[in-house]
Amino acid sequence: MKPDSEIGRGDTARPVLSVRDLTVQVATGEGGKTVLDHLSFDLQPGETLALAGESGSGKSMTALAIMGLLPRPMARITEGSILLGDQDLVGLNDKRYRDIRARRISMIFQEPMTSLNPLMTVERQLCEVLLEHRMCTRNEAPARALKLLRDLRLTDPEQRMKQYPHELSGGMRQRVMIAIALACEPEILIADEPTTALDVTVQAEILDLIRLMQKEHGTAVLMITHDMGVVAEMADRVIIMREGKPEETAPVEQIFDAPRSAYARQLLAAVPRLGHAPERSVKDSAKKLVEVDDLSVRFNVTGGIFNRTVARLHAVEGVSFEIRAGETLALVGESGSGKSTIGKALLGLVPWDGSVRIDGTQTRGMSRRAMRPVLRDIQMVFQDPGASLDSRMTVGEQVVEPLKVHQLASGSELTDRAEFLFQRVGLSNDMLSRYPHEFSGGQRQRVCIARALSLSPKVIVADESVSALDVSVQAQVLDLLQELQDADGLSYLFISHDMAVVDQVADRVMVLRLGQVMEEGPREAVLHDPRHHYTRRLLSAVPVPDPSRTRALLPPAPDAQSPVLALGESFQRVRLETVAGSHRVATGT
Amino acid sequence: MSGYLVRRLIESALILLGITFVTFVLLYMVPADPARQIAGRSATAETVANIRDQLGLNDPLFVQYFRYLGNLLQGDMGRSYLQRAEVADLIAARLPASLLLMVSAIVTELILGLTIGVVAALRRNRPADHTLMIFSFVSISAPQFVIGILLLYVFSVQFGWLPIGGYGTFAHLILPSITLGFLGAGWYSRMMRSSMIDVLEQDFVRTARAKGLSRLHIITRHVMPNAILPVIAMIGIDIGLFMSGIVVVESVFGWPGIGQLAWQAIQRVDIPVIMGVTMVSATAIVLGNLIADLVAPLIDPRIKTK
Repeated sequence: MKPDSEIGRGDTARPVLSVRDLTVQVATGEGGKTVLDHLSFDLQPGETLALAGESGSGKSMTALAIMGLLPRPMARITEGSILLGDQDLVGLNDKRYRDIRARRISMIFQEPMTSLNPLMTVERQLCEVLLEHRMCTRNEAPARALKLLRDLRLTDPEQRMKQYPHELSGGMRQRVMIAIALACEPEILIADEPTTALDVTVQAEILDLIRLMQKEHGTAVLMITHDMGVVAEMADRVIIMREGKPEETAPVEQIFDAPRSAYARQLLAAVPRLGHAPERSVKDSAKKLVEVDDLSVRFNVTGGIFNRTVARLHAVEGVSFEIRAGETLALVGESGSGKSTIGKALLGLVPWDGSVRIDGTQTRGMSRRAMRPVLRDIQMVFQDPGASLDSRMTVGEQVVEPLKVHQLASGSELTDRAEFLFQRVGLSNDMLSRYPHEFSGGQRQRVCIARALSLSPKVIVADESVSALDVSVQAQVLDLLQELQDADGLSYLFISHDMAVVDQVADRVMVLRLGQVMEEGPREAVLHDPRHHYTRRLLSAVPVPDPSRTRALLPPAPDAQSPVLALGESFQRVRLETVAGSHRVATGT
Repeated sequence: MSGYLVRRLIESALILLGITFVTFVLLYMVPADPARQIAGRSATAETVANIRDQLGLNDPLFVQYFRYLGNLLQGDMGRSYLQRAEVADLIAARLPASLLLMVSAIVTELILGLTIGVVAALRRNRPADHTLMIFSFVSISAPQFVIGILLLYVFSVQFGWLPIGGYGTFAHLILPSITLGFLGAGWYSRMMRSSMIDVLEQDFVRTARAKGLSRLHIITRHVMPNAILPVIAMIGIDIGLFMSGIVVVESVFGWPGIGQLAWQAIQRVDIPVIMGVTMVSATAIVLGNLIADLVAPLIDPRIKTK
């Protein structure tokens, strides 16, 4: 699969792109801040060079600098050159740069959801780039656009042409983006975190596609990613970046087998890997804190003259589980699998049917007021720590706000409590009077955890709580969660799409698909001896941070029942069959 | 779509029904006595009582209301107390003038407001932006009668370029349209500016730049269509603002529209006329909103009418 990393290297080959001492400064209140510091590299024809690093390492700045798309006037290139063939792109005027963009260097972005114009059909967005660069006449453009969509393996390409971005899934939109990027057959494709926002199976498909296109067209790819698994899978060579400086540049095997720099070693050590998880003790005898029986969440779809319910979206169907004290149950699945909805149902944030007992208290039919005492036992930590904190309140006030709401403490007691909570999550007391924007992402998530802990809950629902964090920070937050569990016997409902992280933290795993359980059981059984084809598909799509292993091509996804049903139609529930012990697998799907 | 339309029409009818009730009750509570107004100051108490009886003003509120509503449903808006004419005829005679003024004011404010907004957004935080935003601030805060009189003084009195008032030619239309559209131009320029700035920072604009498109192409094809969406929703609501503006502007320029009719009727407590004008403007506002909601999905494919 992977082209030999030595191809096209050596002193004789001419690089398609040659970056020398590239330095970018960003204007701040206190003067210029260097965000990219003397970066140099060559990109050879047909190779994949990965720029890897955590947030703030300058990876995206590099891409934007090459494309001439740095946000002006805040950011500017202060030094260095970007040679495309013999032409230096630094200082090129806009008119001549426009002939480079899309025609010679293309770029795809992280967010396929927002990177396409919502008011234009796929056809118009594709034809626009073809016509701009005079790749064909106006009459030929639609046929050429259609061929591009076909090349990118989009299903029903004729229909896709007429559709708007919001009618397409994330994976389809990213395919359209790649089609736009490759429309003018550029020499270089810059892919800035192209799969970060996608489900792991879709990610695998997109990565396969980029490789295939690269092979067919001989395009050189500059792959920007934070995911070492993606690096291992895609790259020939790697530049590890940190705070705007290259830490280490080496062929991919060398980076993973024998990293020379301390930072590369540290970064790789923090990467969670499937199958390298620590042992966990058995908690079968502990008290059941959460008992969920036959939980269903259905949303009404309305329509017609009187806005009557015409259909139902079955977000969660007949899910049962229990969580014991000190235990971690992980919910995994792709977007739309209902995993977050289950978390919300436990806290009464969505209407649900079935039975939910929190520490013995049945919460079915409870009003919001009646739910309040129950919520002291179960709290939630969300994905985006930036968005789940109020930017106009100090973190100290936010951390103890639940105590005030529940009238459990007042006055100086609140201050004491806030200091105690901050110590528990590894933040210092002098930070209490600061505002959220003064914290890093990892610190903010610690604040969110401190807030969730303020009521001394027995259960915490962690909804993708570490997904937005860099790997090194992610590892620290996971350690913190583990410490809290060891110390207080906290239980977690750990919702995640990341199988490697789940492997690190879970006692038991539940695999969900379109609102139903496909497989459940102890971590070892589900993740290391998966029985359901959906679980296997999910696991095989995970990029492995080991360049010597090649991921097999993903089998095509089997058809699934639509979760939206007309009224009166009955939902076909799957049946769970016991494999061994508590390991159960859905049958008939 | 047709289901949606039917539902929205039913909703609109209910809103209008509510408005008839509220307006009727409010006018019923006005302390002035219409019968005395009609009879004149020298009339005897007996005459006044007779008139009151004739008009059914002695009946309980609900009887009066349902009688009015019944007539209204048959297209009968009653007779003016003071002008010897049917309210419907009075309004019909004056409605075209008002509609003409309104449409040309909308065109004026859109051309002025959108242009200023786009230019200000593209020159953000530069002198041109600051100057234009001061202009829009002035146009929002200046009372319409001041603007109207000022324009009249400059263009009609000093330069003599445009007629002082009246109705008939295109020249008559210019100053009233600008006066009426001035306020909206201020609002729209601010809205368009902030909407443009939002859209300019969207990811798809970066995609458009990465495609190598020209700046002009990006602004006209990608940024402006997206930026104009929130403005379109505003136009529907705007008709309400126009209705109050029209009363002032038509008086200043002697424009024979329903605003002038309303002003005369209010001064003389001519309740059937006030009711009639209120109903016409309420209908215009409700229809304006309905049209804005119906047009939105044609421009934005993400909006589904259900």
